[in-house]
Amino acid sequence: MKAPLVEIQDLVVRFKGDRTVHAINGLDLTLQQGETLALLGESGSGKSVTLKTLLALLPPKRSEVEGGIAVNGTDVRKLKGKALQKYRGGEVSMVFQDPGLALDPVYTVGAQISEAVMRHKGVSRDEAMSTALDMLRRVRIPSPERRLKNYPHELSGGMRQRVMIALALACRPRLLLADEPTTALDATVQIQILLLLRELQREFGMGVIFVTHDIGVAVEVSERIAVMYAGQIVEEGTTSEIINNPRHPYTQGLLAANLHDVARGERLNAIPGAPPPLEERPTACSFAPRCPIAGPECRASLPDFVTLAPRRRVACFRALEAAAAE
Amino acid sequence: MLSYFLRRLILVLPVAFGVSIICFLLVQIAPGDPLTAIMPVDATAEEQAAMRAAYGLDKPLPVQYAIWIGNLVQGDMGRSIATGRPVAGEVFGAVQNSLVLAISASLIAFPIGVFLGFLAGYFRDTLLDRAVTAISITGVSVPNYWLGIVLVIIFSVQLGWLPSMGAGPGGSQEWEWNWLHIRHLVLPAITLAVVPIGIVARTVRALSGDILTMDFVQALYAKGMSRFDVLCHVARNAAATALSVMGLQLGYLLGGSILIETVFNWPGSGFLLSNAIFQRDLPLLQGTILVLALFFVAMNLIVDVAQAAIDPRIKRN
Repeated sequence: MKAPLVEIQDLVVRFKGDRTVHAINGLDLTLQQGETLALLGESGSGKSVTLKTLLALLPPKRSEVEGGIAVNGTDVRKLKGKALQKYRGGEVSMVFQDPGLALDPVYTVGAQISEAVMRHKGVSRDEAMSTALDMLRRVRIPSPERRLKNYPHELSGGMRQRVMIALALACRPRLLLADEPTTALDATVQIQILLLLRELQREFGMGVIFVTHDIGVAVEVSERIAVMYAGQIVEEGTTSEIINNPRHPYTQGLLAANLHDVARGERLNAIPGAPPPLEERPTACSFAPRCPIAGPECRASLPDFVTLAPRRRVACFRALEAAAAE
Repeated sequence: MLSYFLRRLILVLPVAFGVSIICFLLVQIAPGDPLTAIMPVDATAEEQAAMRAAYGLDKPLPVQYAIWIGNLVQGDMGRSIATGRPVAGEVFGAVQNSLVLAISASLIAFPIGVFLGFLAGYFRDTLLDRAVTAISITGVSVPNYWLGIVLVIIFSVQLGWLPSMGAGPGGSQEWEWNWLHIRHLVLPAITLAVVPIGIVARTVRALSGDILTMDFVQALYAKGMSRFDVLCHVARNAAATALSVMGLQLGYLLGGSILIETVFNWPGSGFLLSNAIFQRDLPLLQGTILVLALFFVAMNLIVDVAQAAIDPRIKRN
């Protein structure tokens, strides 16, 4: 097997301020070349922070990062100045949640794409513009010549996200980070953007980490799913393994809480309680207070990963017992 | 863009009309009789009435207004009651001098204000930010006529480096851009620049600080832009609003420097205005206020058009 595209080892991220927030607590993650992984979890579970750490985008004054982050063998945490600029947008690029906010409102779409192309490919403005035009065609924006000269506010939400994708892929990155790219869009537009992303991923052969809180979206786009809770991965496996045979009680709760197969008027199976405050680094299983099968060991110490199969792991003391009991 | 400019220009007409009515009426509301200033104290009622008729002050207000505006569009602003000279000449001479002062003050204030504001916005909530905030609050709060007097005491009286009053050897009529004249400009221009430095710095601080927290700034870093590139984007985003604040400040500087012009005996519009007020010189007062108000209207027009040119989000149709 080739060297992995992304290798995160024991990542810890803390935000300093009036109170310290332990956003990521010992996260391990591996992504192979060309693979699509969904990071699934609720708000505050550390999905977006993980993505931002991969691009070294966290404000250095207010955050502390520990652990190893390697992309294509490059130690991201050691990158500085020009090398960091080359890495951001060239090697790895990002599609943001709300394209209405992530595009500069006073520059044309063409200027924003060509700016990135000029920086990374060192080509002239005209060449960069023609690359931008080509990218707008690839993300299937109608009448792309005209759109190049449009400002973001002159485009619809779906169109803006297409522009964002065109911008992210213009320099052919090896890794695309997508931070809930469909959350701000209409349901009908969401599926178009997902299909587009899946298609472009195949065409360009890049690796994708797709952050979402929507299981449906994760299933639609990804080969693998990693479920996050309170700054840690609690379960990881292929999409079908996670959907058909979830082992962590949190994953089971998430799957049970969706709207499918629920009769009208019936109560939804919500997970009781709320995610833990992250003011201290967890020393026991973070999910234990909400867990239906938690025992004394869950409240006493941190569960290690149990490897069920190659690249199939779950961080739970009772997952195996529960599985055996079935 | 041109059609936007023309449309805005047409909209200026009713505004200018309203401004002329207000200028005319404001002066009428003010207490005091213009004739008392020029008539001998023992003038008889007949003599007063004759004088009143000579200046057309006996006619009803609407008629007076119609005559005034009718002459105005022909370029005749009447004659000063106090001096008998044409108002137009007096006003334009004074406005020119004020313009020299206002533009010099702006050239000092705007770059400094923008620079300080940008620093404070970029290093928000640091010591530097607090220092800039302190400077700008001081600038806005210190009475500038007092500051003018202090500067005169230090640089004219104690050190003797700069003159304390007047606009140079040519008096009020012959302004030239040479050191003989400019040395007269230094103190009033610096004094006048203090308030707009504070206002511009605070505006730019708020603007750049807010823009720096926006998502697109992070997105710019994410696509590999350097810090300098990002700051260019921020500046372009802040430009429209910052420019409008600066345009309005220039408008204020033109008309609002009565105190400074009095302290430094600068023969500008503020100086003229205060003289006209004390002498109840109605035609001169009306003419000066009108010209200043129209300058403000023109400044607004320029700011609007410039904003539309810079910021694509402002609707052009």
